[in-house]
Amino acid sequence: MQPINEMRLEFLSKSSNESFARVVAASFASQLDPTVEELADVKTAVSEAVTNCIIHAYENTSGIITMVCRLYEDSMEIEITDYGKGIEDIKLAMQPLYTSKPELERSGMGFTVMESFMDVLKVTSEPGKGTTVFMVKKFKSLNNKDDSK
Amino acid sequence: MRVKFSSKGNILTAKIIGELDHHTAEYIREKIDAEIVKASTKHLVLDFTDTTFMDSSGIGVIMGRYKNISKFNGKTVLSANKKQIIKIIEMAGITNIIPLFKNPQDAVDSLLSND
Repeated sequence: MQPINEMRLEFLSKSSNESFARVVAASFASQLDPTVEELADVKTAVSEAVTNCIIHAYENTSGIITMVCRLYEDSMEIEITDYGKGIEDIKLAMQPLYTSKPELERSGMGFTVMESFMDVLKVTSEPGKGTTVFMVKKFKSLNNKDDSK
Repeated sequence: MRVKFSSKGNILTAKIIGELDHHTAEYIREKIDAEIVKASTKHLVLDFTDTTFMDSSGIGVIMGRYKNISKFNGKTVLSANKKQIIKIIEMAGITNIIPLFKNPQDAVDSLLSND
Protein backbone atom coordinates (compact mmCIF):
# COMPACT_ATOMS: atom_id res chain seq x y z
CA MET A 1 0.00 0.00 0.00
CA GLN A 2 1.28 3.45 -0.93
CA PRO A 3 1.27 6.07 1.80
CA ILE A 4 -0.77 9.20 1.10
CA ASN A 5 1.95 11.32 2.66
CA GLU A 6 5.44 10.85 4.01
CA MET A 7 8.02 12.92 5.89
CA ARG A 8 11.56 12.46 7.12
CA LEU A 9 13.25 14.36 9.90
CA GLU A 10 16.86 14.28 11.08
CA PHE A 11 17.92 15.85 14.32
CA LEU A 12 20.67 15.73 16.95
CA SER A 13 20.34 13.54 20.02
CA LYS A 14 19.63 16.45 22.36
CA SER A 15 16.98 16.08 25.03
CA SER A 16 15.39 19.36 23.95
CA ASN A 17 14.54 17.59 20.69
CA GLU A 18 12.26 15.10 22.50
CA SER A 19 9.40 17.59 22.52
CA PHE A 20 10.34 18.80 19.03
CA ALA A 21 10.07 15.27 17.58
CA ARG A 22 6.77 14.40 19.24
CA VAL A 23 5.18 17.70 18.23
CA VAL A 24 6.30 17.18 14.60
CA ALA A 25 4.88 13.63 14.52
CA ALA A 26 1.57 14.75 16.04
CA SER A 27 1.25 17.76 13.79
CA PHE A 28 1.96 15.62 10.69
CA ALA A 29 -0.65 13.08 11.88
CA SER A 30 -3.22 15.81 12.44
CA GLN A 31 -3.69 16.00 8.64
CA LEU A 32 -5.77 12.86 9.06
CA ASP A 33 -7.86 14.53 11.76
CA PRO A 34 -7.61 11.86 14.49
CA THR A 35 -8.85 12.52 18.02
CA VAL A 36 -6.87 14.53 20.57
CA GLU A 37 -6.43 11.34 22.56
CA GLU A 38 -4.98 9.45 19.59
CA LEU A 39 -2.55 12.30 18.95
CA ALA A 40 -1.53 12.15 22.61
CA ASP A 41 -0.79 8.43 22.17
CA VAL A 42 1.46 9.19 19.18
CA LYS A 43 3.25 11.95 21.08
CA THR A 44 3.89 9.69 24.04
CA ALA A 45 5.26 6.81 21.96
CA VAL A 46 7.57 9.11 19.95
CA SER A 47 8.79 10.70 23.16
CA GLU A 48 9.71 7.27 24.58
CA ALA A 49 11.51 6.16 21.41
CA VAL A 50 13.52 9.37 21.05
CA THR A 51 14.41 9.36 24.75
CA ASN A 52 15.77 5.82 24.36
CA CYS A 53 18.00 6.98 21.49
CA ILE A 54 19.41 9.80 23.60
CA ILE A 55 19.94 7.94 26.87
CA HIS A 56 20.74 4.44 25.69
CA ALA A 57 21.89 4.51 22.06
CA TYR A 58 24.10 7.57 22.29
CA GLU A 59 24.48 7.70 26.10
CA ASN A 60 24.19 11.48 26.04
CA THR A 61 26.83 11.92 23.35
CA SER A 62 26.03 13.61 20.06
CA GLY A 63 24.46 11.54 17.31
CA ILE A 64 21.84 11.64 14.60
CA ILE A 65 18.28 10.43 15.06
CA THR A 66 15.99 10.04 12.07
CA MET A 67 12.24 9.88 12.17
CA VAL A 68 10.18 8.80 9.18
CA CYS A 69 6.40 9.12 9.30
CA ARG A 70 4.00 7.72 6.72
CA LEU A 71 0.31 8.48 6.63
CA TYR A 72 -2.33 6.10 5.30
CA GLU A 73 -6.12 6.53 5.12
CA ASP A 74 -6.66 5.67 8.77
CA SER A 75 -3.25 4.87 10.20
CA MET A 76 0.29 6.11 10.61
CA GLU A 77 3.69 4.44 10.55
CA ILE A 78 6.56 5.89 12.52
CA GLU A 79 10.15 4.72 12.19
CA ILE A 80 12.73 6.09 14.58
CA THR A 81 16.35 5.14 13.91
CA ASP A 82 19.63 5.81 15.68
CA TYR A 83 23.17 4.80 14.75
CA GLY A 84 24.29 4.27 18.33
CA LYS A 85 25.37 1.32 20.40
CA GLY A 86 22.45 -1.01 19.67
CA ILE A 87 20.63 -3.42 21.95
CA GLU A 88 22.26 -6.77 22.85
CA ASP A 89 19.10 -8.44 24.13
CA ILE A 90 15.91 -6.88 22.73
CA LYS A 91 13.64 -9.24 24.65
CA LEU A 92 15.19 -8.22 27.95
CA ALA A 93 15.14 -4.52 27.03
CA MET A 94 11.44 -4.73 26.28
CA GLN A 95 10.52 -6.32 29.59
CA PRO A 96 8.37 -4.04 31.76
CA LEU A 97 10.38 -2.38 34.56
CA TYR A 98 13.73 -3.56 33.14
CA THR A 99 16.22 -0.74 32.86
CA SER A 100 19.92 -0.93 32.09
CA LYS A 101 20.34 2.38 33.88
CA PRO A 102 18.60 2.19 37.28
CA GLU A 103 20.91 4.90 38.64
CA LEU A 104 19.17 7.44 36.38
CA GLU A 105 15.79 7.00 38.06
CA ARG A 106 14.40 5.57 34.83
CA SER A 107 11.28 3.47 35.15
CA GLY A 108 12.02 0.78 32.58
CA MET A 109 8.60 1.37 31.09
CA GLY A 110 9.57 2.96 27.77
CA PHE A 111 8.90 -0.01 25.47
CA THR A 112 5.83 -1.00 27.51
CA VAL A 113 4.38 2.47 26.97
CA MET A 114 5.12 2.33 23.22
CA GLU A 115 3.54 -1.10 23.02
CA SER A 116 0.34 -0.13 24.77
CA PHE A 117 -0.11 3.30 23.17
CA MET A 118 0.50 2.05 19.63
CA ASP A 119 -0.93 -0.90 17.67
CA VAL A 120 2.31 -2.34 16.30
CA LEU A 121 5.81 -2.17 17.75
CA LYS A 122 8.83 -3.80 16.13
CA VAL A 123 12.37 -3.30 17.30
CA THR A 124 15.37 -4.24 15.20
CA SER A 125 18.87 -3.67 16.42
CA GLU A 126 22.46 -4.54 15.75
CA PRO A 127 25.03 -3.99 18.49
CA GLY A 128 27.46 -1.28 17.46
CA LYS A 129 25.35 -0.25 14.48
CA GLY A 130 22.09 1.11 15.84
CA THR A 131 18.42 0.51 16.46
CA THR A 132 15.18 1.07 14.59
CA VAL A 133 11.83 1.25 16.30
CA PHE A 134 8.91 0.74 13.92
CA MET A 135 5.44 1.62 15.16
CA VAL A 136 1.95 1.75 13.69
CA LYS A 137 -0.94 3.70 15.10
CA LYS A 138 -4.41 2.85 13.80
CA PHE A 139 -6.75 5.79 14.14
CA LYS A 140 -9.91 3.99 15.10
CA SER A 141 -11.85 7.25 15.20
CA LEU A 142 -11.35 7.55 11.42
CA ASN A 143 -12.73 4.06 10.87
CA ASN A 144 -15.84 4.94 12.83
CA LYS A 145 -16.32 8.07 10.79
CA ASP A 146 -16.35 5.98 7.61
CA ASP A 147 -18.87 3.58 9.09
CA SER A 148 -21.32 6.35 9.81
CA LYS A 149 -21.31 7.61 6.23
CA MET B 1 7.87 24.09 32.51
CA ARG B 2 7.73 25.12 36.13
CA VAL B 3 6.85 23.77 39.55
CA LYS B 4 4.62 25.75 41.87
CA PHE B 5 4.68 24.94 45.56
CA SER B 6 2.07 25.49 48.23
CA SER B 7 1.73 24.01 51.68
CA LYS B 8 -0.89 23.31 54.27
CA GLY B 9 0.52 22.28 57.65
CA ASN B 10 3.10 19.61 56.93
CA ILE B 11 1.67 18.82 53.51
CA LEU B 12 3.61 20.14 50.52
CA THR B 13 1.87 20.35 47.17
CA ALA B 14 4.05 20.46 44.07
CA LYS B 15 2.08 21.53 41.01
CA ILE B 16 3.89 20.52 37.84
CA ILE B 17 2.96 22.97 35.10
CA GLY B 18 3.83 22.15 31.49
CA GLU B 19 5.49 19.07 30.00
CA LEU B 20 7.22 16.32 31.94
CA ASP B 21 9.66 14.32 29.82
CA HIS B 22 13.29 13.21 30.13
CA HIS B 23 14.41 16.74 29.22
CA THR B 24 12.46 18.47 32.01
CA ALA B 25 12.54 15.63 34.59
CA GLU B 26 15.85 16.59 36.14
CA TYR B 27 14.80 20.19 36.74
CA ILE B 28 11.54 19.03 38.32
CA ARG B 29 13.36 16.47 40.48
CA GLU B 30 15.83 19.04 41.79
CA LYS B 31 13.11 21.61 42.50
CA ILE B 32 10.94 19.20 44.46
CA ASP B 33 13.81 17.56 46.36
CA ALA B 34 15.05 20.97 47.49
CA GLU B 35 11.60 21.68 48.94
CA ILE B 36 10.96 18.34 50.62
CA VAL B 37 14.15 18.46 52.70
CA LYS B 38 12.71 21.45 54.52
CA ALA B 39 11.68 20.58 58.07
CA SER B 40 8.10 21.75 57.58
CA THR B 41 7.40 19.04 55.00
CA LYS B 42 6.21 15.57 55.86
CA HIS B 43 3.70 14.57 53.19
CA LEU B 44 3.78 15.29 49.47
CA VAL B 45 1.08 15.90 46.88
CA LEU B 46 2.31 15.66 43.29
CA ASP B 47 -0.27 17.57 41.29
CA PHE B 48 -0.41 16.80 37.56
CA THR B 49 -3.69 18.59 36.80
CA ASP B 50 -1.76 21.37 35.01
CA THR B 51 0.70 19.00 33.36
CA THR B 52 0.16 19.06 29.60
CA PHE B 53 2.28 16.02 28.71
CA MET B 54 3.93 13.17 30.57
CA ASP B 55 5.86 10.12 29.39
CA SER B 56 7.52 7.34 31.39
CA SER B 57 10.08 9.83 32.72
CA GLY B 58 7.24 10.94 34.98
CA ILE B 59 7.08 7.48 36.54
CA GLY B 60 10.72 7.83 37.56
CA VAL B 61 10.03 11.26 39.05
CA ILE B 62 7.04 9.95 41.04
CA MET B 63 8.83 6.83 42.33
CA GLY B 64 11.95 8.78 43.26
CA ARG B 65 10.00 11.36 45.29
CA TYR B 66 7.94 8.60 46.88
CA LYS B 67 11.16 6.95 48.09
CA ASN B 68 12.53 10.21 49.47
CA ILE B 69 9.32 11.08 51.32
CA SER B 70 8.95 7.53 52.67
CA LYS B 71 12.41 7.70 54.28
CA PHE B 72 10.92 10.15 56.77
CA ASN B 73 7.66 8.21 57.11
CA GLY B 74 5.75 10.68 54.98
CA LYS B 75 3.03 9.80 52.51
CA THR B 76 2.86 10.65 48.82
CA VAL B 77 -0.39 11.13 46.94
CA LEU B 78 -1.08 12.16 43.34
CA SER B 79 -3.67 14.17 41.51
CA ALA B 80 -4.27 13.96 37.77
CA ASN B 81 -7.28 14.44 35.52
CA LYS B 82 -6.00 13.94 31.98
CA LYS B 83 -6.53 10.57 30.32
CA GLN B 84 -3.03 10.30 28.87
CA ILE B 85 -1.35 11.01 32.21
CA ILE B 86 -3.66 8.70 34.19
CA LYS B 87 -2.95 5.95 31.61
CA ILE B 88 0.83 6.24 32.18
CA ILE B 89 0.44 6.28 35.97
CA GLU B 90 -1.85 3.26 36.00
CA MET B 91 0.24 1.31 33.49
CA ALA B 92 3.21 1.37 35.82
CA GLY B 93 1.13 0.01 38.70
CA ILE B 94 1.91 3.09 40.77
CA THR B 95 -1.66 3.35 42.07
CA ASN B 96 -1.13 0.12 44.01
CA ILE B 97 1.15 2.01 46.37
CA ILE B 98 0.39 5.70 45.80
CA PRO B 99 -3.24 6.91 45.83
CA LEU B 100 -4.45 8.95 42.84
CA PHE B 101 -7.11 11.66 43.07
CA LYS B 102 -8.93 13.73 40.46
CA ASN B 103 -7.91 17.08 41.94
CA PRO B 104 -5.25 18.41 44.33
CA GLN B 105 -7.83 19.42 46.96
CA ASP B 106 -9.05 15.82 47.38
CA ALA B 107 -5.42 14.69 47.50
CA VAL B 108 -4.61 17.13 50.34
CA ASP B 109 -7.85 16.21 52.17
CA SER B 110 -6.94 12.53 52.07
CA LEU B 111 -3.72 13.31 53.93
CA LEU B 112 -5.47 15.54 56.46
CA SER B 113 -8.02 12.87 57.35
CA ASN B 114 -5.21 10.34 57.81
CA ASP B 115 -3.48 12.38 60.50
